[in-house]
Amino acid sequence: MNVVDLRNVSFRYTGSEKEVLSNISLKIEEGESVLITGPSGCGKSTIARIIMGLIPHSYSGDLRGEAYVFGMNILENPVSRIATRCGIVFQNPANQLFTFSVEDDVAFGPENLALPPEDIRRRVDESIRLVGIEHLRYSSPNSLSGGEQQKAAIASILSMHPSIIVFDEPTSMLDPSSSISLIQSIFRLKENLEEKGSKITLIIIEHRISLLLDHVSRIVVISDGRIVLDGEPMTVLYESFKKRIPINIPPVLQIYFRIKDKCGLEKPPKNLKELFSYLREEVKHG
Amino acid sequence: MVEIIVENLFFKYPDAEKYALKNINFSIRGGESIAILGENGAGKTTLAKNLNGLLKPTKGSVKIDGVDTRSLSVAKIARKIGFVCHNPDHQFFAETVEEEIKFGLKNFGFQENEIEKSLSEVLKTFGLEEYRHRSPFQLSGGEKKRLAIASIIVWRPELLILDEPTIGMDYAQRLNIQNVLKNLVSEGKSIIVITHDVDFAANICNRAIVLSGGEVVGDGCLRKLLSDPEVVNRASLRKPFIIELEEETGFSGIDEDFDSISEYLIKVFHKCHS
Ligand SMILES: Nc1ncnc2c1ncn2[C@@H]1O[C@H](COP(=O)(O)OP(=O)(O)OP(=O)(O)O)[C@@H](O)[C@H]1O
Ligand SMILES: Nc1ncnc2c1ncn2[C@@H]1O[C@H](COP(=O)(O)OP(=O)(O)OP(=O)(O)O)[C@@H](O)[C@H]1O
Ligand SMILES: [Mg+2]
Ligand SMILES: [Mg+2]
Repeated sequence: MNVVDLRNVSFRYTGSEKEVLSNISLKIEEGESVLITGPSGCGKSTIARIIMGLIPHSYSGDLRGEAYVFGMNILENPVSRIATRCGIVFQNPANQLFTFSVEDDVAFGPENLALPPEDIRRRVDESIRLVGIEHLRYSSPNSLSGGEQQKAAIASILSMHPSIIVFDEPTSMLDPSSSISLIQSIFRLKENLEEKGSKITLIIIEHRISLLLDHVSRIVVISDGRIVLDGEPMTVLYESFKKRIPINIPPVLQIYFRIKDKCGLEKPPKNLKELFSYLREEVKHG
Repeated sequence: MVEIIVENLFFKYPDAEKYALKNINFSIRGGESIAILGENGAGKTTLAKNLNGLLKPTKGSVKIDGVDTRSLSVAKIARKIGFVCHNPDHQFFAETVEEEIKFGLKNFGFQENEIEKSLSEVLKTFGLEEYRHRSPFQLSGGEKKRLAIASIIVWRPELLILDEPTIGMDYAQRLNIQNVLKNLVSEGKSIIVITHDVDFAANICNRAIVLSGGEVVGDGCLRKLLSDPEVVNRASLRKPFIIELEEETGFSGIDEDFDSISEYLIKVFHKCHS
């Protein structure tokens, strides 16, 4: 089943002359993990707003085409209904925290879903642990550092166990080891929930492709409001490289793509060590 | 040129139990490019705000050109020390992109013709020309970040402090910011970059001040500090790509220039293959 189905969607914000999305068609299967990337200003957050129904309900503009989320036509369903199945972590996490403690923010979603108190408690504990902010549970969101706020915002969405989660640059403010462990936690949560029978679809908007390369099964590249590439990650990255689309191709692949033919490398290396060991192998045997 | 001397700086937020900064000592002279690195919550932003007088030390002192920040106004400091905060939404207040950029210039008494010239220059440098008349709040994440940097850099402070400048930047823009900052340093200005992007830091900064748990755990040559596994682990950092590359190839002083790196590798490894 396609949980997201955008059909020939175009959009222009009120007051702006330019169409920021042009004829986007995007289908995402239930349970998929998709990375959406593309140059700054290409329309990634706008797509996220459409999936959540925030466009057209909270942002005004000229929307054409059709958009369905879990079969719900976003034009005909209020944001609140879409939000019961679909959660978003905004690009600016500070806008997402509004209570007086991290705990209350994380509990807010499950409380709204009217879950029994013990379930709420369990989910709050679990989400706070997954993002690693146990020590900040009773802190006020205003007194957190940038990265701590981002972790709290993520926990406040994870606690709702949404069927679709859209992350708009979830690691932009995290330190390198938190970024890695956060991505691992998100994918572990997905697996855990799937073992219990609920399928989770992850849509991750990121410039930092290297963090997600091992986790996603599909990359969609947007450029200037259009989908220019969509498919298997390594193929998409190589095409982006050849077409010089300015996305953050991981440095080791930047080199690999440039030398693979001339040096006879067949398999993309995971890191520099691997690249060099392939190269030395080639020298030995080639 | 601006000189900052930080002595026995301790800082505690009003309602907090713990100190966010503990016994910090260092100094900054002109023409330096410094990265402040460290894990989430290490105290980087708090330190930056102590350097530009937005926060005053709880104990100890920060002196700017010999004067204690406690006796300087924030506006007066801002002329010398520009601060780009990590959340652009906290920085913006003007109705349009253009007004946002002009504000500082007007405030610091620049001439009308200078204002127009500087404005059009930064709009161009940061690729914001087409948004000139738009509200700053109606930009994409990366566009906001670029505007935040543009509206401070435009008055050419002696020291520019940037909190997380590469958030939301794509590859081309990251390179562009890198060049803009390098140029500032070559003109004798100083920059302090607070970032988790160690590759970016390694490309533009010579010196690193590494914070962990509110304390300085390293201050010195960036490449040296980031090659030290103990520092890297303690402050939840990562070894930059160019340092890894140097270790693999045995060269030093490599630039992150994929074309020349690749050409070199092809030269070394190609002949044996064909
Ligand atoms: N509220 C708005 N009103 C008018 N134009 C807008 C608004 N929000 C975004 N835009 C414009 O729409 C285009 C796409 O913006 P969007 O936020 O979707 O980009 P993005 O791909 O998420 O970029 P980034 O990586 O910088 O966050 C941009 O050119 C932006 O200037
Ligand atoms: N307004 C505040 N009131 C109380 N405590 C605060 C406040 N702002 C930050 N803190 C705390 O002070 C410590 C240092 O915060 P700071 O924002 O300086 O960290 P940082 O190194 O910039 O982290 P990040 O990389 O996440 O931005 C953190 O533990 C944070 O929770
Ligand atoms: Mg965006
Ligand atoms: Mg910070």
